[in-house]
Order: sequence, then C-alpha cells, then structure tokens
Amino acid sequence: MKPIIRVDNLTHTYGQDTPFCRSAVDGVSLEIMEGEFLGIIGHTGSGKSTLIQHLNGLLRPTSGTVYLGDRDIWADPKKIREVRFQVGLVFQYPEYQLFEETVYKDIAFGPKNMGLSEQEIDRRVRDAAAFVGLDEGLLDKSPFELSGGQKRRVAIAGVIAMEPKVLILDEPSAGLDPAGRRSLLENIRAYHRERGTTVVMVSHSMDEVAENVDRIIVLADAGVVMSGTPHQVFSRAEELVAVGLNVPQVTRVAMELRRRGVAIDPAVYTVAELRRALSALKGGTAVC
Amino acid sequence: MLKDITLGQFFPGTSLAHRLDPRSKIIITVVYIVGLFCAESFVSYGLMAALLVTGVKVSGVAPKALVKGLKPVLFIICFTAVLNLFYTPGEILAQFWVFKITKEGIFTAFFMALRISMLIMGTFLLTYTTSPIALTDGLESLLGPLKKMKVPVHELSMMMSIALRFIPTLIEETDKIMSAQKARGADFESGSLLDRAKALVPILVPLFISAFRRADELAVAMECRCYHGGEGRTKLHVLRYHARDYLVMGAYAAILASVLTLAHFGL
Amino acid sequence: MADTIIKTEELAFSYPAEEGQTPLAALNGVSLEIARGTFVAVLGHNGSGKSTLAKHMNAVLLPAGGTVWVDGMDTCDERCLLEVRRRVGMVFQNPDNQIVANVVEEDVAFGPENLGVPTEEIRRRVDAALKAVGMEEFVLQAPHHLSGGQKQRIAIAGVIAMEPACIVLDESTAMLDPSGRREVLDTVRRLNREKGITVVLITHHMDEAAMADRIIVMDGGRAVMDGAPREILTRMAELRAIGLDVPHTVELLYGLREDGFDVPVDALSVEECAGAIVAAL
Repeated sequence: MKPIIRVDNLTHTYGQDTPFCRSAVDGVSLEIMEGEFLGIIGHTGSGKSTLIQHLNGLLRPTSGTVYLGDRDIWADPKKIREVRFQVGLVFQYPEYQLFEETVYKDIAFGPKNMGLSEQEIDRRVRDAAAFVGLDEGLLDKSPFELSGGQKRRVAIAGVIAMEPKVLILDEPSAGLDPAGRRSLLENIRAYHRERGTTVVMVSHSMDEVAENVDRIIVLADAGVVMSGTPHQVFSRAEELVAVGLNVPQVTRVAMELRRRGVAIDPAVYTVAELRRALSALKGGTAVC
Repeated sequence: MLKDITLGQFFPGTSLAHRLDPRSKIIITVVYIVGLFCAESFVSYGLMAALLVTGVKVSGVAPKALVKGLKPVLFIICFTAVLNLFYTPGEILAQFWVFKITKEGIFTAFFMALRISMLIMGTFLLTYTTSPIALTDGLESLLGPLKKMKVPVHELSMMMSIALRFIPTLIEETDKIMSAQKARGADFESGSLLDRAKALVPILVPLFISAFRRADELAVAMECRCYHGGEGRTKLHVLRYHARDYLVMGAYAAILASVLTLAHFGL
Repeated sequence: MADTIIKTEELAFSYPAEEGQTPLAALNGVSLEIARGTFVAVLGHNGSGKSTLAKHMNAVLLPAGGTVWVDGMDTCDERCLLEVRRRVGMVFQNPDNQIVANVVEEDVAFGPENLGVPTEEIRRRVDAALKAVGMEEFVLQAPHHLSGGQKQRIAIAGVIAMEPACIVLDESTAMLDPSGRREVLDTVRRLNREKGITVVLITHHMDEAAMADRIIVMDGGRAVMDGAPREILTRMAELRAIGLDVPHTVELLYGLREDGFDVPVDALSVEECAGAIVAAL
C-alpha cells in the first residue's frame, strides 16, 4: 500500500504575534494509506479538527507540508479547490450546513461546483443517497422536514457525491441515539467496502473507533502519540488513560482481569474477542 | 478572518474604567461624542485625544485592540475622508479633470477621519470596559422615564443584551458554515459581484435557520428560569453612583465646556 | 405522597401536525411518580417521548390529557407556574442556547433576579451555586470562552441558584465529549448525594443510566420498563428490540453464559464484571 496523503512536519499556530498565540498542531508527520479505514482519536483540544482541516486545504500550514499523492497541495494555491473535491470533509454536526430547497439540490451542490454535466450529477446524487441509506422518495423533500438523523445523512451524501478519493468524517455519529449510530456506521463501513476508497473517521469514542477501523492514530497535546492497529494501540491502554482518553469498556474489563492474575491479552477490544479468549482459557484450564 | 471582529466584545477587568457606574460611562461617552463634533481646531482635538488616551491608559485595554476595532469601518472612514477632500470649497491647491483639492478640503478630510476614528475608539472603550448587561442596565435606567410614555424599555434592553451575547456565538457559527461549504467547493472569492452575492446563500440560509432555532431554544430556557418580563425583577448588581462617578463626570463636563469655549472663539 | 416530587397520571400529549396529517402522539398515557431525593434516568431512542416527558415536568409543555403534579401543584394551574419552574429546574441539550448573559455570574443570577430575590441574597446564591458546580474561579469569565462541559455546569449553577427541589437534564450530555460528560455527571451526582436534590436524567447513553437509582425506559410514548439499573440493563433482548444498547459488560456476560460460564448477568461495572468472571474461571 502506498500513502495517498502524507503530512510532513505540520505546525499550525493560531493568533500568531498576539498574546493568545497557541500551536494547535505541532510538528505532526503522518501517512494515510490508499484504501485504508483510519481512525483518529484524541480529546477536545488535541488538535484533531485543526489537523483534518489541513488535509483538504481549508487551513494553510504555518509550517510543514501536506502532500496529496506526491503533490504539495499548496504548490499552486489557485488549485486548492481541486484538493477539496478529492479530499471530502464532513464536519461535526454537518446537518447545520444544509440550505437548499430539496434534498436532491443540496446533495448536488458539491458536484455542481465541480462543473459536472447534469447527467453525471444525477447519477452521483442517486448513488450518494443510496450509500447513506436515503430513500429515493426523500430526494424531492425539503431537507428541513427530515429528522435529525436523516438530515445528517443528507449532509454526508453531499460530500460523498463529489466522489472524493479520501472521505474524512469528523464525529459522524455525535448526538445520535444507539440505533441511529449503529446504522450510520454500518452505512459508512459499506461505503468503504464497496468503493474501496480511503475513509478517515475522527472520534472521541473509543468503542466506535475500535469496532470499525484498520488503523488508529492517537493525538494528544497537538502531536501524534501513538499509531498502529487497534490491537497495538489498545495493548498500551494504560498510556491512553494517562493522556486522558477512554479505552473501550471491554479493554477495561481485560485490564482488570489481568490485574487479578488472569492470563489474558490486554489488547482485546471487542466483546466477541474477549468472549473467545475467555472461553479458550476456560477450555484450557479444564484440560489441565 | 471573522474572528477579528471585536465589535461588542467585553474585556473583564477591575480598572477604574471598569468600576465606573455604566450610567456615568454612557453619559461621558455622549459628552465625549458631543465634544468631538464641536471640536474644530488642533487644540480642541488635542484635548479630546488626551481624553481618549487617558481613558485607554486607565482602562488597561490594549491600544492594539482598539485600533483593530477600526478595521471593519476603515472603508467608511476613507470614503468620507476622500469625499471631504474633493468636495470642500476653498483655496484650490491642485486640480485635475473635475476634481479639486483645496486647503480646507485637506483639513476637513483629516479632521473627519480623526473624528470618526476617535468616535469609534471611544465607543469601543465603553463596550470593552462595560459588560453588555451593565451597559443595558445603564441604558434601561437612563431611559427609565420613557417607560411612562409606554416605551418598552426593559424589553428593548433585554433584546440588546441578548443580541450582544450571541454575537461571538454567531460569528463562530458563520466561520464553521463557511468552512463546511468551502469543503464542498463553494467559492466566495472569485466571480462577478452577482456571483459573490449568490455565493452567500449557502451561508445565510443555514445561519438564519440556526439563529431562529437558537432564539426558540433560548426563549424556552429563559421561561424555565422564571423570566416573565421586567416586573418584580431584582438585580445582582444594583447601579449606584460613587464619588468616582461624580468626579469623572465633572471632569468631562469641564473638558466639554473648554472645547465649546474654544469653538466659540474659533479655535 | 409527601415525598413524591413529580407525579404524572395518564399523561398524554401530541405535537400539532401539519395540515391534513394526523397529529403524532408523543406521549400515550404515562403514569409515574418520582420520589424526592432520588436519581432517575429516563432512557429511550430519539422519538420515544422521553424529551416530551421531561418538558412536562416544569410546565414547558402542558398535558393534552391527564395531569402532572409538581410538589402537589397541578402544572396547568397558572397561579403556580413560577413556583413550579422554580422547584423543577431544567438544563437543555445545547449549552450555547441557554446562557443568557455575557458574564458567568450574571448568567447564574438570571433566575434569582427573575424571582425578585433581594440583591445580597442573589450574591450569596450565585457564589454558593458556582461553588456547588466547582466553577467558582470562572465567576467573571465570558461563557463563550468555556468548554461544553463547563457551560453545562454554568447552566446547572443557574438552576441551583433558584434553590430547586429537582433538576431535569434534558439530554444535557448529548453534545459533549467524554470528559465534558463526566464533568456534568459527576456534578449532578454530587448535588444529588450531598444536597438531596432530585435528579431526572434524560439520556440515550446506557453507561450514564447505570449510575442512577432507577431507570425508566420509554418507547412509543409509554414507559415500558421501570426498575433498578441492575434489573433493567440486563434485559438485553428487550432493550435491543426498542433500539437501545446494553453495556458491553452485560453483553459479555450473556455470551459467557452461553459458553457455559456460571456468571451472573447483572455485573454492570468493570470491577464487578471482572470479579464475576474470575470467580467462574
């Protein structure tokens, strides 16, 4: 696998030359691989929102470089809009950006800005709506008549319809109830599976990240503190707790079991895994 | 970008300027503005400038913050100055096509720009050192007599204080919506004037909807906290004039009187 | 009766529908009593009626059918309106949309000011309320510089300053990050324990509900389950059927039972769960 986005020594400082000067991202280097499902976690103020707004050129680095493919995205500032079409960014609570008369028109806003033909726009709108699980019948409705969960899906479809190479979602499930959360994440997983394009999900819910992603990057205090598969990251659960992050409840049970002398891999993070490990352990002891 | 707008921001503090009764501050600001409009010479402008500088020093507000406040109105200042520069009759210094620059024009333009800048900085000093609630309390109390004429003074002041409270929130929200639309390829920087106006629709619609939603939720939250208009309301901070208020107001009155006297003698 | 703070009887409500459509019933006959000093969680998915129920607890909404009493006062009685709202304070979902003032202390003072409390008494209450939520050092701050969790604690202080008997948190943690949620929950739990204030927590987070004394589960405008967390949160199949989750500890214990472990299913906390597993290994 080769990287699709490469961030090299990125620093972003807000309010330079003022007493409020503060680096939100400080010397971050990372790679996002083509086709992977990456999770970025970190508590509020760890720099994750600032970081992702650099990936599609909404913010310009104070220093350092962001590469898309092997091109510096700021090589030609006039072409920064192209970057935004290739790296789709869904903000937190994206339903608050809807503005068109119909769901269809709202989803078509991005593709229209790309200057595509009517026919191509139509195909993309319908495809995107299907990916997020929106019924065709809703396309002619006003987005403001929909429920909160449906509005969010419209907003996500609006970005998917640009058919970006990389889809970045900032807290896509924030504020949804368990059922809405589950079904939206299922839609995102299916999108990743079927499109095969890169998906980056930013979250502060460990459980959510643990269950969905191939790889995790942990941010704290404006820098990357860990990176690896969920298994690798959760095996360092104590360090996660030390930087003020939650670990999945299952991992906490495993940690507690280990503390009590049960020989179990502390890096388990799903219910099924821990169940399997415990059953194996019990079977093992029975044989002895 | 939008975060640069400091209009209506309050910097908490404990300086003399902060501790003055808001009513005195409103009164002296009015006196200051009257003074500015009466000032016609270097001497009287010098007096007014000294007043402003003293105010800034006493309040502990960073002069930078005041100057930054001028940014959004820079255009208006320049526009008025240029207008005055060309359209004041008098002794002609230079002339080209229909434009004439007169000696009087240069003076008027200079003083006009100075007057507007000082006016804005002076009023900013008021909002920087007075919490919006204190400000509206002060206004409510000063306008109190109008209640007898059935003017809804309390309601107006409550509306004003809420508007001020939501300015930073809505600025932040506008920033967020703009970023989100830019992420979908919206372009606010190029194209004709009409294109640019059209490009605002994706910002204004969500902003209005959100403002209405906020207003709705805020109204319910206020009712839940037993808000039922101005009747029977008490205050955490009761307005009370202190010796310092009389002192400062006296000083301002004296300065206004001097400026008026100077103006009378054509200075 | 004396120790019931909120009582509803056959409470029904529907939101006005658009022309030509039949109004959708949000509440279908809810009867329940909330005992003074308890910590009650109301669980349910979006649209289950939990928020509508909450809004009836201090007369933001008035019943279309049935009755709601707060401390024995009928919420429909207009003469009692202010007193009802003073006794049952409400904290909402969006922290930004419930803060009225530009300075923390003035916002906390808003409720007492409306009630006509004398100035010196307001000062005392504001300071006490800010201390109770651990925000006393922010007294002169501007609220928009605070974090989400801190804003919600200011909103709670604003309610406390009215000296209520009960606080209703209407999804007040939904928009917060994990640390903000913890701040708010720790605060209300402390107020409940130390000051005996009744807490009604509306949420869809199972782990939040787990810390309550009692859980009421709403679905389709009815209270479908009501009991202690240990009893409610272990009814995995039923909760799933109405779109809710169970804590992962419970899910794990169910699985282990199927695998032949002799474990209880009601060990909700991580420590309890680990203990039960160790005992069964």
